[in-house]
Amino acid sequence: MLDFLRQPWPWYVAGPLIGLTVPALLLLGNKTLGISSSLRHLCAACVPAGLPFLTYNWRAESWNLFFVLGIVIGGFVGYQVLGHPATVAISAETVRDLKAQMGLTDFSGLLPNELFALENLANWKGWVFLVLGGFLVGFGTRYAGGCTSGHAIAGLSNLQWVSLVAVIGFFVGGLLMTWVIYPLLF
Amino acid sequence: MKNLKYLVLGGLFGIILTKSEVVSWWRIQEMFRFQSFHMYGVIGSAIAVGLVSLQLIKRNRLKSLNGEVITLADKKYTHGAWIGGIIFGLGWALTGACPGPMFAQLGSGVASAAVLILAALAGTWTYSALREKLPH
Repeated sequence: MLDFLRQPWPWYVAGPLIGLTVPALLLLGNKTLGISSSLRHLCAACVPAGLPFLTYNWRAESWNLFFVLGIVIGGFVGYQVLGHPATVAISAETVRDLKAQMGLTDFSGLLPNELFALENLANWKGWVFLVLGGFLVGFGTRYAGGCTSGHAIAGLSNLQWVSLVAVIGFFVGGLLMTWVIYPLLF
Repeated sequence: MKNLKYLVLGGLFGIILTKSEVVSWWRIQEMFRFQSFHMYGVIGSAIAVGLVSLQLIKRNRLKSLNGEVITLADKKYTHGAWIGGIIFGLGWALTGACPGPMFAQLGSGVASAAVLILAALAGTWTYSALREKLPH
């Protein structure tokens, strides 16, 4: 059992468990899965600045912040306690393409150190991948009214048309970045 | 402590995200390059299980632990769904992280996840400030 827990989990174990989070939150407290809302609550709690969109009783939604704090702890348990292979076993084609296109050589860790090391904030890579990337995630999810959890998992599970539009948007943006903008950057 | 249950469920969610490597930039690259089924399998099977569970909850008119009848609000269409969706997608392919995985990365010990979260907060705040001027 422990050996199984230590290995990376296959999609057919992880996916259904992620799906069960949707009914679990509803049964526990009539709550709808959606993680990007936590970013809004954190903004409302820390820097509301009199903005109408950030002026509401965020404390009433504090369950969402506890859920997110849980995710931080889960990341620690999943990676540090249960342990994990040093290298994510991605396909040989992806390794080949990332080497050829982006010149990556170090494939260890969850994120490529050559793009995401904090030292990169001294050059353009850190600002594009960490700062611009994070900004687009925060801006886009709120504009779209949800992220992969709120729209893709919870929204599509509940057959919401707007979630299908959003998820198509997620993929259009992702494919545009991967196939059009990456070749221009590297 | 009524929020403890959400902390525990969030913890399990974070473990699943990490152990399935959904939190890894490499897996997101692989997905957008159509070179593996992994991410499609995770997302697809999650939606399938969610769909069946929600049908069971609706048909049986189940109540939550605190006795409320479970309600599923419909989400309203706005143009933000596709405009914001594309903007998020651009960021998703750059960072390899959606809001959930960012927090799991932070817990796993990736220092740069703190920068990602701060930048995402700045993005959310900027949207909040510009909201009235944006098409919806």
